[in-house]
Amino acid sequence: MTLTLPVTLADYKPLFADEISWCPGCGDFGILAAIKQALVQREIPPHRVMVVSGIGCGSKLPDYLYANGWQTLHGRALPAAQGFRLAQHGMTVLAVTGDGDGLGEGGNHWLHAMRRNVDLTHLLQNNQTYGLTKGQASPTSDLGYVSPSTPQGSPDLPINAIAIALAAGATFVARGFAGDVHALRDLIAQGIDHPGYAFIDILQPCVVWNRDHYTYAWFRARTYDLQSDGHNPQDLAAAFARAQEWGDRIPLGLFYQTTRLTLEAQTPAIQQDPDCPLALRDLPVDRDAFDTLKRRFL
Amino acid sequence: MAEVTYTIGGAAGQGIESTGMALARIHARAGYQVYTWQEYESRIRGGHNQYQVRVSDKPLTSHSRTHCIVVALDAQSIAELLPDVAPGGAVIYESTRDDIAPALIAAHGARPLPAPLLEIATTLGGDKIMTNTVATSVAAALTGLDFAGIEAVIRENFARRGAQATEANLAVARAGYDWGRKSLPDFAHRLPPAPVLPEPQMLVHANHAVALGALAAGCKVVTGYPMTPWSSILDFLIQQRDAAIVALQMEDEIAAISFALGASFAGTRAMTGSSGGGFALMVEHLSLAGIAEVPIVVIEVQRAGPATGMPTRTEQADLLFVLNPAHGEFPLIVTAIKDPLDAFYRTAKAFNLADQCQCPVIVLSDAHLANSLRTVPLSALDSERVTREIDRGETLTHRDLDARAAPYRRYLLTESGVSPRAVPGHPQAVVHSMSDEHTETGAVTENAEARRQMMAKRMRKLAVARARMEPPDLYGPAAAALTLVGWGGTYGVLCEAVDRAHGRLNLVHYTDLFPFPLAGDAPLRRARRLVAVEQNYTAQLARYLRGETGIEIAGRICKYDGRPMSADWILCRLEELSP
Repeated sequence: MTLTLPVTLADYKPLFADEISWCPGCGDFGILAAIKQALVQREIPPHRVMVVSGIGCGSKLPDYLYANGWQTLHGRALPAAQGFRLAQHGMTVLAVTGDGDGLGEGGNHWLHAMRRNVDLTHLLQNNQTYGLTKGQASPTSDLGYVSPSTPQGSPDLPINAIAIALAAGATFVARGFAGDVHALRDLIAQGIDHPGYAFIDILQPCVVWNRDHYTYAWFRARTYDLQSDGHNPQDLAAAFARAQEWGDRIPLGLFYQTTRLTLEAQTPAIQQDPDCPLALRDLPVDRDAFDTLKRRFL
Repeated sequence: MAEVTYTIGGAAGQGIESTGMALARIHARAGYQVYTWQEYESRIRGGHNQYQVRVSDKPLTSHSRTHCIVVALDAQSIAELLPDVAPGGAVIYESTRDDIAPALIAAHGARPLPAPLLEIATTLGGDKIMTNTVATSVAAALTGLDFAGIEAVIRENFARRGAQATEANLAVARAGYDWGRKSLPDFAHRLPPAPVLPEPQMLVHANHAVALGALAAGCKVVTGYPMTPWSSILDFLIQQRDAAIVALQMEDEIAAISFALGASFAGTRAMTGSSGGGFALMVEHLSLAGIAEVPIVVIEVQRAGPATGMPTRTEQADLLFVLNPAHGEFPLIVTAIKDPLDAFYRTAKAFNLADQCQCPVIVLSDAHLANSLRTVPLSALDSERVTREIDRGETLTHRDLDARAAPYRRYLLTESGVSPRAVPGHPQAVVHSMSDEHTETGAVTENAEARRQMMAKRMRKLAVARARMEPPDLYGPAAAALTLVGWGGTYGVLCEAVDRAHGRLNLVHYTDLFPFPLAGDAPLRRARRLVAVEQNYTAQLARYLRGETGIEIAGRICKYDGRPMSADWILCRLEELSP
């Protein structure tokens, strides 16, 4: 047995970038802190983590987290994260997307990721706007939201991500708040533990584009903890009901959790040799097996 | 060349494909060389479909314009096929039909052969579904095929269904065969004696061969979305439950390429593919693979476009698109398959190239290649050769990383432009990448000097790729009056045209396209007169070659009607160009 050094926050401290470019007060600072704390809590070292992001302010996160990572394309973090996970099913995979990235451009991938149930944790950095491109309305912006792309107010109903996740069959559905790092840390750790796709909607302010609304104070005045309120996360109907709450009462915590076979568990190529991920296997094919295959074409 | 062609025509749903394949298999088993040509519409029932089986004792590299025997399962087929029936060829059809006029057939110089297909099927087999078996047995009897070949394949096909089904089908086939033998004893189109082969032969098309090549090369992840004519590559791999490969249908083509890239980032060899329209959805990810330097093989099986086009028909009109598929500048490799045997090795090599150059490798095919079965000796698809040639370039496996001490930088600036690429998960190497321009550690940068260095580094890899590009194939005499210039799937038919021109023609044929092979222009400069022959409207290869070499190919023969060109067609067009 090899002795391993304990994992500490210091392991996750180095930046790839020279500095963090998020605005002071950005909710992403809290999300980054919560991720690091969760990984340390679960004693997962940086080289065993893969964080995949899309494009946006929040998607710069891999540049600020010392771990394997790939910022991909707007809307496309989830399929890349799933592909990585199938090839290396022993690693901890996090998908980090903004609300526009994850639910707009990436909406179709989100829907199917929930059906597929690959074991990864999807963190939705939800600030109800497209921050990096200067404040356009996003899929989670309120009806009537005034922005550069909706000067008369958004005519569209916001997506209820929690409700859709429940309906799509997501096996772990939770909501956190960037202003409560410890609670978010615990949710992320639970998501990592969860054997399957874990969805965590993370409410956060955008201190530049949402100055009058969705501030830390606004959230703190309205959010409450589901678990303290007696919600049973195994009760799907109750979860749907809670998912309808918004405005004056905003639930945080674990809405729903269940178990369903992951895609990895149903993939014969993986299960043939579960201790050896695909990426670490030898390439050459067995000559006799290949010959048998060719003979089917005779 | 001694040869015979059988063509089955009918509506979708009448079993044309299975019948054609059975005929192909019977002749392949008997030792003949076989080449099939399938035309079908984008529908499940009705319309006009046809399946040609061309048979010879010599290698066949293309289909035939003419049909020696037509098996017409409906009246429309006769109208479609009659103009190309060979002189003295036979048209077999159900004798009780009243919608077929023997006089019309005879007027074309063909021999009408109304046959009691239904009667034999129902009285001896008990099921009219067997009429196709009767028809093919009649056809085989006309050309003199030994019945033993038919019997062997029937026994094999029905082994799982039990003795009764086997005997019923045999009885029906035997009766059809005996009837056929007596029907046209002076039939002009006869098979040559069956060659005795040193080893069994496979019947494969290029889609099978691509899939087998990927397996042999150690590809572990294949993704895609259904799209004609690419789908059977993914379908075949999904069916290989024992092959330790993850083959997945994704929600769309964008998910397919994204997933494959994620798997490749993790360290596996990965492949995706589609046809033109699906490939169009994938291209932003080619740009991503380019800047992130993630290896991937993408198969593009061309069909007649644009947009939905003619989904089941063939074309070579995506060349310039695939050569310039995405925004920005990044290293890319483009190669085009010429036949199933080539497809196997070219696909396997694509994985080596992708790993060596850490970039996307696009392998072009087309609908005709994808559906056309050819006989290939069993040992010709050699997985051991592929294994020996596996080369992952500068990939750092976990074993390699065990021996490393230096801090790891994914995008280390090197002379060749290729940076060591660690398989993630090992403590010695944390692999970080962004889709923005980046530094050696993969962090985002907009610094001008860093950008210049990193862009130059990536583009230096083109030299690594170019050194591995094969020059064009040359076929025919060293010097000829006219040099045909082609690419990809038309290789076989162009070779046949050269063979039939008795020294007047030769061929320069491109498979590796980008980076343009070293000395790839030399054969063009040596030629007396050049004619580009392509299955697209604007002569895309000619346009590409002008850009890469400065050589203007004035002669152009273009076919863009969705049907593969035949040697006859090429020679006719050449006559028009220079009588």
